[in-house]
Amino acid sequence: MIRVDGTGKSNSLIQVRGLDKTYRRGGEEIQVLQRLNLDVDKGDFVAFMGPSGSGKTTLLNLLGGLDVPTHGSITVAGDEITHMSGNKLTQWRARHVGFIFQMYNLIPVLTAFQNVELPLLLTKLSKSDRRKHVETALGVVGLADRLNHYPRQLSGGQEQRVAIARAIVADPTFLLCDEPTGDLDRKSADEIMELIHRLVKEFGKTVLMVTHDPVVATRADTTLHLEKGVLVEGKTSRESVMAGGAA
Amino acid sequence: MKFSRLVLANLFRKKVRLILTIGSFAIALVLFTFLAVVKSAFSRGTEIAGADRLIVVSRVGLMQLMPISYRDKILAIPGVKAVTHNHWFGGVYQDEKNFFPQFVIDPENQRKVMTELVVPDDQWNNFLKDRQGAIAGARTAARFHWKIGDRIPIKTTLYGGGSSEFNLDGIYHSERPGGDESQFWLQWKYFDENAPAAVKSTAGWYVVKLDSPDDAVRVAKAIDEKFANSSFETKTETESAFAAYFAKQFGNIELLILTIGSVVFFTLLLVTGNTMAISVRERTSELAVLKAIGFSGRAVLFFVLAESVVIALVGGFLGLTLAYLAIPVIGLALTGLLPPLLLSKSLLTLGLGFALLVGVASGLLPGIGAMRMRVVNALRRV
Repeated sequence: MIRVDGTGKSNSLIQVRGLDKTYRRGGEEIQVLQRLNLDVDKGDFVAFMGPSGSGKTTLLNLLGGLDVPTHGSITVAGDEITHMSGNKLTQWRARHVGFIFQMYNLIPVLTAFQNVELPLLLTKLSKSDRRKHVETALGVVGLADRLNHYPRQLSGGQEQRVAIARAIVADPTFLLCDEPTGDLDRKSADEIMELIHRLVKEFGKTVLMVTHDPVVATRADTTLHLEKGVLVEGKTSRESVMAGGAA
Repeated sequence: MKFSRLVLANLFRKKVRLILTIGSFAIALVLFTFLAVVKSAFSRGTEIAGADRLIVVSRVGLMQLMPISYRDKILAIPGVKAVTHNHWFGGVYQDEKNFFPQFVIDPENQRKVMTELVVPDDQWNNFLKDRQGAIAGARTAARFHWKIGDRIPIKTTLYGGGSSEFNLDGIYHSERPGGDESQFWLQWKYFDENAPAAVKSTAGWYVVKLDSPDDAVRVAKAIDEKFANSSFETKTETESAFAAYFAKQFGNIELLILTIGSVVFFTLLLVTGNTMAISVRERTSELAVLKAIGFSGRAVLFFVLAESVVIALVGGFLGLTLAYLAIPVIGLALTGLLPPLLLSKSLLTLGLGFALLVGVASGLLPGIGAMRMRVVNALRRV
């Protein structure tokens, strides 16, 4: 159950309380997020929508431990990440977060297998165990036959599948997707969303996704709208589209 | 080891750039090694000088001769074990470019003082019996393909000029690594008989063997005091001090080599530093992704440093191999102009250390930049 009023259960997987983020540009202060509350349970699939500059990506960065808030707290699976040191936060990210980016962000000089293997290099798994995990992850995304292909030898949709395999290979606590279909055609975007949906429904993954695309947002269980740095609880994504589009 | 694939994959990302950077390392290392070898050749005299030997020369200068009677007077000073004397012969073998040092030696005492220069007994005995005999250093004998029994014609412009032929009775070797094996020794008695009157019964310099190196300062002072206020005052110093003074006659080689070496070092540092900076800038987003998925800043620094160190070590190894092959050839071509060029293991290690230092230094700045890079900012640049 996703709540934005700060009244969620104390055992929510992700608990955000009073989150503020202010940037200083020159002498000017720009408040991107204001007293934001959020509760996300395990297995939830939530989409964040909103106009450009509304703070969607900033929120995702804060939830992923890539940035630190000005005020407020973020607790994930009982760990409050807002006060972690840089090194601890890096280790936490490796264990708990799977990132999926709009531009796939694969390493072009590594094969699909090697790209997916990257997060596992930070674990103590043996080489053979790493291989098993990578093959399983690539199997889940339907690219078991593309292990030795380089990113340049794959289509955009396939590259994003490899990126998804990289995100799930270490079995993180939740996935953060920043416009995962933003660089894809409709057919490939549908396939990617089908895959992410499967990860939630079949594998019980928790997914937080930023998107501009209302059709993509319909695949999420809930769509939240960010307007001027404030989260507005919406209808379910499907209801939102049926009612005339997003935001 | 599990990160090696990532490091290697990144290294081979731009093959032409990799080859050019390794090439510049290799060439710089050849130059560095050659300069170091030349410097070592000039300072070798100091390094291999006997700690228990003194050199006595005329206070006026190296070319000023001293009476032969000094030998016994020096020998009488307490702490002196043996004394031998030499003359500079200054001859030419066939052509002026065939330079090698020719010394008129005192056969009676040569082996007592210059103990590290070894001649087999049978060859030495033949030399003693042969007034026109000569002993050549192994390097010089090899250079001119001389063998024992050969007649060696030498022209000299000193001592009234003229040409003489000498019988090669023996070949000496130095027991000290890097020791001088280029000298050519002649008999003092034969030289003295044929020398002009002004040169008769003289010595160019004396070499004094001490009972103990601890006596060096006292004995040197005693020798110079003994001949003070005479017509032929002396200047006595340790063999290493004399070698250093002699090397300086060629100019401040060390400063010259250090200057060129520093220019090579900084140029190489700028070239590789720039290459690494470009290489890191080109993949800012990739490094940011690595940090996002859990690689620490130190790991990213390690990747950048590993790349620059691998480039440096491969380039360094190539350069040292080239230097190892080229220096003997260059040394042979420069025989007579420069002391023997020897590439020692310590110089090879120093060269590799130099490459490593440049590798680390050139990767450090871009590496620290990548380590400190904020993931959020870097991802925004994509």
